[in-house]
Amino acid sequence: MSDRKTRSFEILRRKLLVASLLVPTVTLAPSLTWAAPKTADINSTGLAVTDKTVTVGILHSVTGTMAISETGSVQAEKLAIEQINAAGGVLGRKIEFIQEDGASDWPTFAEKSKKLLVNDKVAAVFGCWTSASRKAVLPVFEQYNGMLYYPTFYEGLEQSPNVIYTGQEATQQIIAGIDWVVKNKGAKKFFLLGSDYIWPRTSNKIARKHIEKLGLKVVGEEYYPLGHTQFNSVINKIKLKKPDVLYAIVVGGSNVAFYKQLKAAGIDMTKEAPTVLTISVTEDEIRGIGGENIEGAYAAMKYFQSLTNSNNQEFVKAFKARWGDDIVIGDVTQAAYLGPWLWKAAVEKAGSFDIDKVRAASPGIELMTAPEGYVRIHENHHLWSKTRIGKAKRDGQYEIIYETDDLIEPDPFPAGYQ
Amino acid sequence: MFADYSMVELTSIFAMQGFAGLILFSVFVLMALGLAIIFGQMGVINMAHGEFMILGAYVTYLTSSVFSTYLPEYFGSYFFLAMALAFCASAGLGALVEWGMIRHLYRRPLDTLLATWGLSLILQQIYRSVFGAREVGVELPEWSMGSIALTDMIEVPINGIFVMCLTIAITFCVYLMMQRSSLGKQIRAVVQNRPMAGAVGINTEKVDRHTFAIGCGIAGIAGSAFTMIGSTGPTAGQLYIVDTFLVVVFGGAASLLGTIASAFTISQAQSTMEFFLSGSMAKVLTLLVVVGILMIRPQGLFTIKVRK
Repeated sequence: MSDRKTRSFEILRRKLLVASLLVPTVTLAPSLTWAAPKTADINSTGLAVTDKTVTVGILHSVTGTMAISETGSVQAEKLAIEQINAAGGVLGRKIEFIQEDGASDWPTFAEKSKKLLVNDKVAAVFGCWTSASRKAVLPVFEQYNGMLYYPTFYEGLEQSPNVIYTGQEATQQIIAGIDWVVKNKGAKKFFLLGSDYIWPRTSNKIARKHIEKLGLKVVGEEYYPLGHTQFNSVINKIKLKKPDVLYAIVVGGSNVAFYKQLKAAGIDMTKEAPTVLTISVTEDEIRGIGGENIEGAYAAMKYFQSLTNSNNQEFVKAFKARWGDDIVIGDVTQAAYLGPWLWKAAVEKAGSFDIDKVRAASPGIELMTAPEGYVRIHENHHLWSKTRIGKAKRDGQYEIIYETDDLIEPDPFPAGYQ
Repeated sequence: MFADYSMVELTSIFAMQGFAGLILFSVFVLMALGLAIIFGQMGVINMAHGEFMILGAYVTYLTSSVFSTYLPEYFGSYFFLAMALAFCASAGLGALVEWGMIRHLYRRPLDTLLATWGLSLILQQIYRSVFGAREVGVELPEWSMGSIALTDMIEVPINGIFVMCLTIAITFCVYLMMQRSSLGKQIRAVVQNRPMAGAVGINTEKVDRHTFAIGCGIAGIAGSAFTMIGSTGPTAGQLYIVDTFLVVVFGGAASLLGTIASAFTISQAQSTMEFFLSGSMAKVLTLLVVVGILMIRPQGLFTIKVRK
């Protein structure tokens, strides 16, 4: 009985999917034949829009410490812009971009964002990576009314009318991951470890609240300065406390040192004693760490390169064709790729490049073609998205072993978790 | 804190913690030796020390790529060749830098500080342009990974033992060079009295160049060895530079023995405190203690008498 019910539901779902695929093509077809709308009608605030082009900004660090992480985002955003242009642009206009270098320096980010908004009058900016750089540009975007598409998973506790957050906020990433490890690995004791700055600390705070809410125990919580390279003492402490789960939010160069030393100290992650669960190691980081050093660890995030849906297969193919075969794509790179597409959808829905109209049109924007699957912009400017658990393999990719059934609602100000 | 654990567990954890301290000690000595030679013997503050280390790491990366492509059957032993090449590359670059830049700036310590800092930025950007902004993964030979289990509980990381042995070997070589070889005698003579050393026929410029090159070369070896325990990226050198200067200054600039003593003190203090406190607190306390001692003894732990 119930079997038949689910099957008929399955059929209904498929029909809906087919219908939803048809709808946009049907509505899009006539718009291609129309002449592009007049510039004055779609740009009443003096943005850099001409009859043929619209200019946007890309603002990432391509020099300095953060260049390691931000390079992938720049590549993704450029690819998305090229693809949009190849498909006819936005409101009949080709996207041109001005790229500025934040140089891993937060005041520089603020200065460059002001230049993009005030001098170049860009219609949108895709950029920033660290929370510190986002916090630095935020007042500029709010003062001059710009639109920023921010790609990184981050700690939450923020919601600006001038930012669309295309990465996950902390609760989306953390709670699903901990629920999974409790249910599937029977975890009772947790050891929380992180680099010493706002994101790992806030994330571990949320993790600790959730663990304690489930009636389980946190046996240790430790932070090490950014760039720390010697983890032998804390590894001994972990061995002494014997947690079931080592919850690690170590970032940057420390990551490499940490996993190499963990492995060298005889903690074989494939044996899962303890199970290592991280939210800070994407495929990008594994390249530096080495697959053999992190094999067997689990990561909780919304995107892995190994996702098998057709959107992602096309995305990976296009990305490699554009940037080289040996490239890997991590969670943030994918989130950065969503930025230009979400902006295009919002502009088309608003029928205008005006920031206020784009903002008003943004909540509810859906993207069927996202590599991670379907996403939708929430009223709070974050994305509804699924969370997945991947198991690190020797070749540097993740094997996806779990994904949440439903999209998780973004909750940047989680009640009871602060 | 220890009430819940059995005696056996505690003994093994303390044994392992002892090893952790010794490994940290070796790492500190290895990264500080090169700088101690340059800073201590020549008075040059080399801010690009970290970048010379990373040059060694990149040479190791290249060697490992070449071996895994062309000579996979010898892959297990590539590391020793890589270290030799790392020494040559860093020493060569060091000699070039001394010739092109440093020798024009002797007696102007603040200017060398700025110039070498500029050099470090230039080198970082070169690494970024050549090898890419992302960290590279250095493939290590199988024997260097994992640990030796002494008992059920006590496990000693192999890469740690390797770094320890390497440190002992290099320290011994440096000691021999400084105390026994004629180059060492010349270096010491130049440090103690430069005009007089020149007067008795020592080519002080040549000695300077060799000293600087050897210091950089040792940094290269250190960088090569650290591919086993840390990351290899354009800016990874910055991770080591603060600790390196801390060790050298604390030890007393002109004394190699002081460097070793200070590395031992700092590493033991840090690893013990890391165990009982959190990582960030341990670092803060270590720095506080070092600053406190330097206030009482500005010349560092050990000094040698120098005629100015």
